[in-house]
Amino acid sequence: MTHTSAEDAPMTTTVGPPPGDVSIAVSGVSKVFTTKKGNVEALRDIELDVAAGEVVSIIGRSGCGKSTLLRIMAGLLGPTAGNVTINGQPLWRGGSVDSSVVQKLGVVFQDANLLPWFDVIDNIALPLKLRGVDKTTRRRRATELLDLVGLGGFAGSYPRELSGGMRQRVAIARALSRDPELLLMDEPFGALDALTRERMNLEVQRIVAATEATVVFVTHDIAEAVFLGDRVVQMTPRPGRIEETTDVHLARPRSMDVQTTPEFGTLVRHLRHSLEGEL
Amino acid sequence: MSTRLRRGLPWLATLLLVVVMIAVWEVVVRAMDVSSLILPPPSMIADRLGEMLRESETWHHTLITAMETVFGFAIAVVSGVAVGVLIGKVAWLETTLRPIIVGIQVVPKVALVPLFVIWFGFGMTSKVVVAAILAFFPIMLNVLLGVKSLDQGHRDVMRSLNASRVQTFLNLEVRSVMPYLLAGMETGIVFAIIGAIVGEYLGGSDGLGFMVVTTLNQFDAPGLFGVIVILSVLGLVLYALVYSLKRVLIPWHESVYAQRLDG
Repeated sequence: MTHTSAEDAPMTTTVGPPPGDVSIAVSGVSKVFTTKKGNVEALRDIELDVAAGEVVSIIGRSGCGKSTLLRIMAGLLGPTAGNVTINGQPLWRGGSVDSSVVQKLGVVFQDANLLPWFDVIDNIALPLKLRGVDKTTRRRRATELLDLVGLGGFAGSYPRELSGGMRQRVAIARALSRDPELLLMDEPFGALDALTRERMNLEVQRIVAATEATVVFVTHDIAEAVFLGDRVVQMTPRPGRIEETTDVHLARPRSMDVQTTPEFGTLVRHLRHSLEGEL
Repeated sequence: MSTRLRRGLPWLATLLLVVVMIAVWEVVVRAMDVSSLILPPPSMIADRLGEMLRESETWHHTLITAMETVFGFAIAVVSGVAVGVLIGKVAWLETTLRPIIVGIQVVPKVALVPLFVIWFGFGMTSKVVVAAILAFFPIMLNVLLGVKSLDQGHRDVMRSLNASRVQTFLNLEVRSVMPYLLAGMETGIVFAIIGAIVGEYLGGSDGLGFMVVTTLNQFDAPGLFGVIVILSVLGLVLYALVYSLKRVLIPWHESVYAQRLDG
């Protein structure tokens, strides 16, 4: 694994965890899927530390195992080897997941996956409902979050009445509702048009700043990865490995204009080259 | 055009069409001098129906058929949900039972009605059983389909939120199966009525099916049509009751939601 920084040219490589408290640590994670045609090695020996308050983007082409890695980090898929540690507590114990550790996570999926029978407020409040929070409290919290994601007027709407971007905002609010220490996002804006996507990226930046959340953001979009990330982790397929880590030293808050700066261009070009280099 | 008029117009058109059809029936039957034994004119049917509705016996028979249908239907809903969920949840049960279910499905169950009459007697029980069996299959199969159609993404959400089995059942499974159950119930209630009436045809001395047989034996064609009218109204009322459950139980669902949008 190499660690490069865009500030220094030519790019230097360093190894090791980032500064600050480690929020999530992925150590030695491998995943082998057993299929009828034999074993498929999806992930090999993944090492990744994310500091508290850091935003890490994971990019890679389709099939590089980035979503598999995120599902393992989210406690939805057991690793074949290795483990994920969240604030010092191991997520996986044998084949089963430690539910007290899962409590610290918020997950946003590729599809918003809102429950169509609940209105927006009840969808956002669902994690609190499952936790046994009383109705008044969870509705108040959900209303705050609804404002945070900029959907103040849609409390009583059903998911089907919302656009794709709005649904994804509700999904983000839902993930935030139990105050996660770590927010995991799996290509949340992959299905949105370019303009909506840019707007959502600005929203994510604002929400992350407001909540001081630690974020792992999986995407296949290089510009999105650079725009959102403090670091960009690049994965290569067959088997999925972390190829390279690139620091992003762009001042926050970032506006969309940052994309026209030379630093941004250099980073995107560098990542594009190394992604193409895989071919 | 005002929205009220636009909403009312299709209804008005339907009503008008029915009136026209009845008028044509009346005129043609009278003009061609058709025997009232073969096809009585609507006016004669209306008169006879009026007479019948004044007899308490008619109401007794209607109540019997309604009760048989509702009891049979209730049994079908409970057992259909139970079996559908069980088969949907337990994979080996489905593989084992599916051929048997398909086999039973293609058997014309109406042909078995005489058997039920022998087993359960000429009273209400045999009709309730027939109604229940006919209504059971659409309900059970729809519930099975619903259980198998649970969205993987929704499951992931519940898992990532540490939902317990009971919580997942209440917040996800029950609600997501509900539209399927209601679709099965819509078909089921119609089948239950058919079951009750066919049961009454073949044995016993109560119910609207029995009235069909007696009016026929008495060559009382207007009376027969009268019974058919009562049967249709009964069916319509029961169907409307089941259908209206949708608005209460699944107001969020496409089928209900679309209706609400265009009034």
